[in-house]
Amino acid sequence: MPTLIDRRRFLRGGLLASAAATVSLAPAQTEAASFEGYPNAMGVLVDLSRCVGCRSCEAACNKEQQLPAPEKPFNDFSVFDELHHGQKRRTDETRYTVVNRYDIPGREHPLFRKIQCNHCQEPACLTSCFVNAYTKTPEGAVVYDPDVCVGCRTCMIACPFLIPTFRYSSAFKPRIMKCVFCYDTRLTKGLPPACVEACPQEALTFGRRSDLVTMGRQRIRENPSAYVDHIYGEHEAGGTAWMYLSPAPFDQAGFDTSVPKEPILNYVKDFLGIVPMVLTIWPALFAGFHLLAHRKEKMQQVNKNEGEV
Amino acid sequence: MRTFIANNQVIPITNHLRPDGGRWTIREKLLLGLSWDQYRAQFLRNPVNWALCFVFAVGVPILLQRYLFGLGSITHASNDYPWGLFLGFGLFGMVPLSASGFLLGTTVEIFGRKDFVPIERLALLNGLLGYFFAVVYLEVDLGMPWRLYYPMFVSLGPAAVLFLVAWHVATYLSVQIAEVSSAYFEWTGWLKGKRFVRSITIGLTIAGIILSTLHQGALGALFNYAPAKVHPLWLSASFQWIHFFCSAIFAGLSMVIVAGALCKRHLAWRCDRRFLDNVDQCTLGLGKGCAYALITYLVIKVVGVAHDNEWAYLLTGWGRYFLLEMALAVVLPMCLFAYGVKHRRVGLVRWAALISVLGIVWNRLNTAMICFNWQLYREVPHWKEIWVTVTIFALYFVVYRFILYRLPILYQWQGEK
Repeated sequence: MPTLIDRRRFLRGGLLASAAATVSLAPAQTEAASFEGYPNAMGVLVDLSRCVGCRSCEAACNKEQQLPAPEKPFNDFSVFDELHHGQKRRTDETRYTVVNRYDIPGREHPLFRKIQCNHCQEPACLTSCFVNAYTKTPEGAVVYDPDVCVGCRTCMIACPFLIPTFRYSSAFKPRIMKCVFCYDTRLTKGLPPACVEACPQEALTFGRRSDLVTMGRQRIRENPSAYVDHIYGEHEAGGTAWMYLSPAPFDQAGFDTSVPKEPILNYVKDFLGIVPMVLTIWPALFAGFHLLAHRKEKMQQVNKNEGEV
Repeated sequence: MRTFIANNQVIPITNHLRPDGGRWTIREKLLLGLSWDQYRAQFLRNPVNWALCFVFAVGVPILLQRYLFGLGSITHASNDYPWGLFLGFGLFGMVPLSASGFLLGTTVEIFGRKDFVPIERLALLNGLLGYFFAVVYLEVDLGMPWRLYYPMFVSLGPAAVLFLVAWHVATYLSVQIAEVSSAYFEWTGWLKGKRFVRSITIGLTIAGIILSTLHQGALGALFNYAPAKVHPLWLSASFQWIHFFCSAIFAGLSMVIVAGALCKRHLAWRCDRRFLDNVDQCTLGLGKGCAYALITYLVIKVVGVAHDNEWAYLLTGWGRYFLLEMALAVVLPMCLFAYGVKHRRVGLVRWAALISVLGIVWNRLNTAMICFNWQLYREVPHWKEIWVTVTIFALYFVVYRFILYRLPILYQWQGEK
């Protein structure tokens, strides 16, 4: 009975392989349910019409997060003219936040935009991380755990705001460097982050995110000629804790308006959905192909055996 | 080696037994039956080895520099382009080229096409080494290479696409080691091991198909994380995974054709009649598969453009670049494959395969680097980054050749099997 043994052996192999694959890989589909953010998460509303580009927030951040001293002091405003690869300054391993100047044609005064981590409701960095190095805390901060990070830098690929940076300069202690909303030192104590506290212009308002959305709408309503009718971050990338009001079109103030209005996670959900299907259907399908392809041989063998009898 | 063999007229070591009746020792097997001086002489005679030595002489110190002073010391340390050549070429390029293992495994073991048996082991080895060196590239690129196992055992993030890639590449690597091990077992003469592997071949092959489908696709799906960064023509959110999977099919097959052609030309002394007599026929068969995969790929690429209504982009500079890629890397090899197979022009099929291998690498580099951050600027890699990429590839070549010289990949083991 050679055929029976072959088939049994074959089935055993197939089952083992698919069982192994299913057991070890099935958890690929979790946390997919819709999540609207923690109800009491905090946020910051940035009003570009109030910012004068004093860079106090940069200095405060540098001090609070104990980052290395910058090349040029924080009262040196020539940094606004710096261009790297034609781009204005961005976050890097020595700075979690940066203010840039935008000269907008037709406007009397330039606009200044502060960038830092926007602390998304459903962060792309978090959802793309395969070692769970990121956490979105109920207070609203997106924090990072350097102890489990492998340094693959997928979070930097995924972040639509180009925020996480990597400590490339270190061979033995590299890590992701990014704004953490002053989580350990301030946010957990109910304090606003250092940059907000340092702002002399009240351009940054710290508060519960839901309240900030209302406040932003109110400012637009009360002074419709002074603002574009949009709160950047209310829906961008599924909503962010840091949101912006601008008197000029957002793309002119350096914002990426092509950032999708839904969480980045939505773009991979389709693929994650096919994973369990492939895991379960493929073994049956290809085992079927195998049986079909070898049917003729088997028939011939059976016929031959019968002929011998 | 070729000169040496030409003078000796003997295929070295295809059996456990020496011509005089004794058994080859491991050392003799490793030296291909040559004395140490003879082996060194053939090594020094080959100009390819001198080129390799030069690559390593410059590359190894740069690698040391990377591990002692950080990635920033050999790359531009770009925060805008976190993935450079090591991943753009090493991971995203090498993995589709290594789809050969599961493709030929499926053809022979599942579809029962025994006519491809002569080239099956070459395809399996090509797959194994490609994956292995993709992991080597990863180890150069990872910030903390010593934490490679973290996603498996320390901190699991199962909802991430990269988690899938990590697990699947790791499991598939083990599957491939098992598949290639039968050649190793023949060579060392441990037949129990070979019989065991033989008994689970079908299971291994099917596991290989599942894992390959998913992680080839997952490599594409990784770019779904950057919908605002990758140029829309190179990113089709709904079909990205299937674009990557489908292109891996002709990439893997083309790579076997190229490897087979190189072996036939430069390693003929190591091949037996079965390989030499069948490789042309196999090449035509594989070329046919490539043509089918290419036309499918072309159509689903067009569907991708249509689905997202991206026709307007085709009229821009990026669109012209996209059309150029489609013309040179897809339509051209597709036509050459079709013509070559129909008129049985093996040489033409081989050229088509080379073009499609280069084309797929080009496509992956486009997706990962050139058309990434398309609204910002182009990042040109540091020369040291390029050199290290070449160095790892040279290492891949050396290991590949080392194994082909010895294990029964291109020839059948004459001793007990």
